[in-house]
Amino acid sequence: MAALPGAAADIRELQATGSVARRQRISRLSRYLLLAMSLLGVLALVGLGIDTIINGWSRLSLDFFTNYPSRFPDQAGLRSSLIGSIWVLGLVIVVVVPVAIGTAIWIEEFAPQNFFLEIVKLNLSNLAGVPSIIYGVLGLAVFVRFLGFGSSILAGSLTLFLMILPMTVIASQEAIRQVPVSTRQGSLALGATKWETVWSHVLPGALPGMITGVILAIARAAGETAALIMIGAFTFIAFDNTSINDDFTTMPIQVYNWTVRPQEGFRQNAAAGIIVLMTVVLSFNFAAAILRERFRND
Amino acid sequence: MADIRTRAPEVRTAEAVAENGSEAVLASPRVDRLPHQYDPVEPAALTVKDMDFFYGSKQALKNINMSFPEKKITALIGPSGCGKSTLLRCLNRMNDLIPGTHLDGSIEYKGINLYDSRVDPVEVRRRIGMVFQKPNPFPKSIYDNVTFGAKVNGFRGNTDELVEQSLKQAALWEEVKGDLKKSGLALSGGQQQRLCIARCIAVSPEIILMDEPCSALDPIATLKIEELMKELQKDFTIIIVTHNMQQAARVSDYTAFLLAGEEGYGQVIEYGPTEEIFTNPRDKRTEDYITGRFG
Repeated sequence: MAALPGAAADIRELQATGSVARRQRISRLSRYLLLAMSLLGVLALVGLGIDTIINGWSRLSLDFFTNYPSRFPDQAGLRSSLIGSIWVLGLVIVVVVPVAIGTAIWIEEFAPQNFFLEIVKLNLSNLAGVPSIIYGVLGLAVFVRFLGFGSSILAGSLTLFLMILPMTVIASQEAIRQVPVSTRQGSLALGATKWETVWSHVLPGALPGMITGVILAIARAAGETAALIMIGAFTFIAFDNTSINDDFTTMPIQVYNWTVRPQEGFRQNAAAGIIVLMTVVLSFNFAAAILRERFRND
Repeated sequence: MADIRTRAPEVRTAEAVAENGSEAVLASPRVDRLPHQYDPVEPAALTVKDMDFFYGSKQALKNINMSFPEKKITALIGPSGCGKSTLLRCLNRMNDLIPGTHLDGSIEYKGINLYDSRVDPVEVRRRIGMVFQKPNPFPKSIYDNVTFGAKVNGFRGNTDELVEQSLKQAALWEEVKGDLKKSGLALSGGQQQRLCIARCIAVSPEIILMDEPCSALDPIATLKIEELMKELQKDFTIIIVTHNMQQAARVSDYTAFLLAGEEGYGQVIEYGPTEEIFTNPRDKRTEDYITGRFG
């Protein structure tokens, strides 16, 4: 092996042979294996999407959006469920933003760091994992029956609000933690109070992350079906909602409604409804992703 | 230097200081007072009396007794972990932000104990400002950085003038006057630190605390800040923590040397005029530190 000092070596000295070759083969193999596993999820989604689009694309037309539901598939449309979704989600946003942000600020900035706080935080992360139908049962008992709101937009919004509150608070907490401690110290050292520091420095810094969290939570709420069925939104609505006390239905419930009907035409309607719903949810997620990138603190 | 070792430590007791006519002599003799203490002749901006400081159950500082003279630069030096930054943060109650800390003794400002239960830390920090080791300008414009502190403290005057005056005093005006809307974060490290000094000055404090203000900066920026300090001294009392002994020797009028013993708490070993500390230290440990034998 010893060549003269300074003399060029033969390339075969540095080519993979024997055990190195074997180890490299394993490494390459693992790379493709992992790629295949990742693609599995993507392909499933793409396959579903293509299937839905093929089924429902032809049904998308102006009258599909302006028709109320009907016994006849070709006369049925998304109008009332679309309006209902907008009302419900609008009210959810109005309620969840102040409550979630306020809770997150209290936990991260003002609450005394004691055992009680740990219990609160533990509860919060547990609640984030509770199945949505449980929130539906809770909503039925408290909002529909006990408080007497009936199966109204108000009851539906409050139920969804409770459902998405834990995840929104947690996302807001994360956003608040991204603001560096040095900024807070700099503010306090100038003689600012804790609230002034939060208002002028922490909130503006955490806002993009908080908005992203809210958008993602709303996307989740937009697709919620079980909880709203529990509070009574699985119903035939042939009017436009004009007040939060109205009965209502939402897009995912309407889609579900169509899928359990026997007529073939309704399956097309359901597929078309899914295309609309997915477009809405995906655009929310897309907006959240863009916001996150734009305000990333590098 | 041979006579240092022969000179008895008793020379610098309270009696000796009284004989030498220091105006800051206390009426009652202090028990437990360490040798090599010194009371500056100038009136004191802050006086620390019998101060012990604890992080939870761990004692970080013991028996600190010293006065910081008005409109002078006092440096706190010592090896890492000796408690000098802790001491500095006690002076404007920044340690209150850390849960579980507590302080025995007192720190007096104009005769008022800063740690009296009736005293509000926000009021304290208006009068005693702080500049941190790593420059931390707000992610806002230069203009808004400077005005923030003043605004929350009720400033109603002309903010344009305030900004110009503060930036001039911080030796930053010429470099940024063209674009005050630029983000504070877009400046160089040295400029950011001067911006932090400017926003500190805008609140009109009486005392400015600086916690190793140059350690994150290059030598040229460091020099600029040191020159700035000597200018600022005309209007403000400055107390600076530094691990750079040459800086302390260049810049300060008085120097205190702190050291943490084996028990873990820091104490003031020696305190006096900078010239004396560096040319004629009385404690062997001071001499060892200054000559680089440890630290």
